[in-house]
Amino acid sequence: MNKIAKLFITFISAITLTLASISSSFAKVEDGYIVLGSAISLTGKYSSNGVHTQNGYNMAVDRINKMGGVKVGGKSYKFEIIYYDDESNPKRAAQLAERLIKQDGVHYMLGPYSSGLTKAIAPVTEKYKIPMVEANGASRSLFTKGYKYLFAVLSPANQYLEVAIDLAVEKNGGKPVKIAQAFEQDAFSQDVRLGILDAAKRTGSKIIIDDKLPKELNDMAATLAKVKATKPDVLVVSGHTKGALTAIRQISEMKVDVPMLAMTHCDAAKLSKQHGKNSEYALCASQWHKNLSYKDKFFGGGKKYDKDFKKEFGYAPPYQSAESSAALLVFKDAFERADSFDRDKVRDALKATDMQTFYGNIKFGPGGQNVAKPMILFQVRCKGDTCENKVVAPTKWASDKFFHPIPPWSERG
Amino acid sequence: MDFLIFQAPMLMVQASMDGILLGILFALIAYGMALQWGVMNIINIAQGDLVILGGYIAYTMYLAGIHPAWGVIVSPIIMYFVGWALYKLVINKVVDRDLFISILATFGIAIVFQQLMNFIFGADVVVAQSGYGTTMLFDNSVTLPNSKIFSAFISLVYAVALVVYMKKSRLGRAIRATAQNARAAKILGVDTEKVYAATFGINAALCGIAGALISITLTLHPYVGLPYTVRSFMIVIVAGLGNLPAVAISGMGLGLFEEFADYILGTEFRIGAVFMLLVFILVYRRFKLSKKREYLK
Repeated sequence: MNKIAKLFITFISAITLTLASISSSFAKVEDGYIVLGSAISLTGKYSSNGVHTQNGYNMAVDRINKMGGVKVGGKSYKFEIIYYDDESNPKRAAQLAERLIKQDGVHYMLGPYSSGLTKAIAPVTEKYKIPMVEANGASRSLFTKGYKYLFAVLSPANQYLEVAIDLAVEKNGGKPVKIAQAFEQDAFSQDVRLGILDAAKRTGSKIIIDDKLPKELNDMAATLAKVKATKPDVLVVSGHTKGALTAIRQISEMKVDVPMLAMTHCDAAKLSKQHGKNSEYALCASQWHKNLSYKDKFFGGGKKYDKDFKKEFGYAPPYQSAESSAALLVFKDAFERADSFDRDKVRDALKATDMQTFYGNIKFGPGGQNVAKPMILFQVRCKGDTCENKVVAPTKWASDKFFHPIPPWSERG
Repeated sequence: MDFLIFQAPMLMVQASMDGILLGILFALIAYGMALQWGVMNIINIAQGDLVILGGYIAYTMYLAGIHPAWGVIVSPIIMYFVGWALYKLVINKVVDRDLFISILATFGIAIVFQQLMNFIFGADVVVAQSGYGTTMLFDNSVTLPNSKIFSAFISLVYAVALVVYMKKSRLGRAIRATAQNARAAKILGVDTEKVYAATFGINAALCGIAGALISITLTLHPYVGLPYTVRSFMIVIVAGLGNLPAVAISGMGLGLFEEFADYILGTEFRIGAVFMLLVFILVYRRFKLSKKREYLK
């Protein structure tokens, strides 16, 4: 390398360094903007849900900015988000969180997609005392570590399918039931499993099949053959979209008759779209449904959110988008109550959150999880060839009656 | 550990049938691998990703309203050219080199393919519906999805066709000659460069067929290629190169082994058991070889 080139490189790096230091002093709250940061999966295996999350954030930012922004100290501020692509990789997510905080000078964070990535980022935000409102990390272990700056608008994973067991017991005349379950071996699904174990203990029910599914799994014929042979009262499956799609495909192909089938990730798997009538009667856990009657002044209710979102992005919002939008509403509310940009004051305000959004009531428990919102269950019901998700539990929000037991395959067309 | 399977004979029948039907499909993928391994001395890590790409071709047809079963004809044709292009772009540069280099190169191809598929088709898990229904045996206690029977049947048809082709056709003979001794074949006027390209194309086409079958029997996702690579690698290790009946039998054996491991050890060890078996077989082979060497001494 010759001298000129060396000089040139030194020069460039000097400029970059200067710019970097300037930009970090510019960020956070400047020019009437509150800058939030988020590492999000725009590529890699979580990219579709990552995009749902980002769309949810963006929709809320637009809406809040349009409707007067955030009022702090008598002045109105607008939201702005800096995004980085974490490539669905936890290590990368942690690096990016560090970069957002140290280089970009972000003082408030929004969560990434999935429990795994949230787990990777939480220690970083905690270290720098950066309040983070997250909408897509449901794993129970996030809320038992004593994090002080982590707030989740969604219900923790162990609550996903507990209701389903209660429902099965209720349908069984209050008597304990036989449960067959298959869960993927990842943080989220194993938390869902813990919830089932709790529910089984509480109701005195017996778990007769307890299979764990590997990450690469796309064949669960063996589990289903066992289910066929042992005839449980309820079958519970959780393995992200892959688990939901595999289960329905093979249950219908192997003609497995089980009175009740409960799952997670049905709407992310577009279950009724991909499997049509074969998915009918499946019971699915969901954080949100458009038919719920919660309201707020920014999005109106769930149905209006659904309509506006469709208009903006061209598809119906999955709950991942709805909860992401709710995260922004929580931030806005906290800033206004804190009436300051002091991080600890904002944190304390977040801690004291008690509000209703279109997505549900939000109030944070001691671990930062949302304790004010129940999970809902919907059931896939078909009319002719069009299938829809109908809310069946809890009874307060139910639009349809829970159909039980599932008719045997010999009677299904 | 779960010994339910030994208490219920019907479960045993179910597991065996599932295993054999799936095994035949694995054997098809493995045969492609054995072919190009034998001819070019390349271990293709991207084998599974070629399979998944083939599956996405069938899925795309399904989305366009064409029955995905036609994928077993369309997908190999497209995949042949994908394989051929891959050879011209990358493989021809590593074909005579160290085995390690070809492993690295195909590993790189695998990553590129995964990301491309993720980019084009999205990260969602997808399935194509064949609507073939189910065959029920023994008073409904054993159920066989017709799509699995269909896939085993198609795999067999293609395998037989390929064997005949390799025996009778000019290109087939040229491929076999190159596998035996590339230099001698070259001297006798075989265009080995062409043979290599065709072999890689045929391998990719076989993957395409298998992928189309997987799209209607199992599920597709950009990142599930690796288990197929490992399975075919293992089948080839057991069966040896260029021995189709052995590949078919070891394919079915692996399918059976997987199903029984699933029942007895639990589903979480299904893929793990395959890896364990691989280690065991490699150690056993080494042990046998070292004995042979002792005789030679």
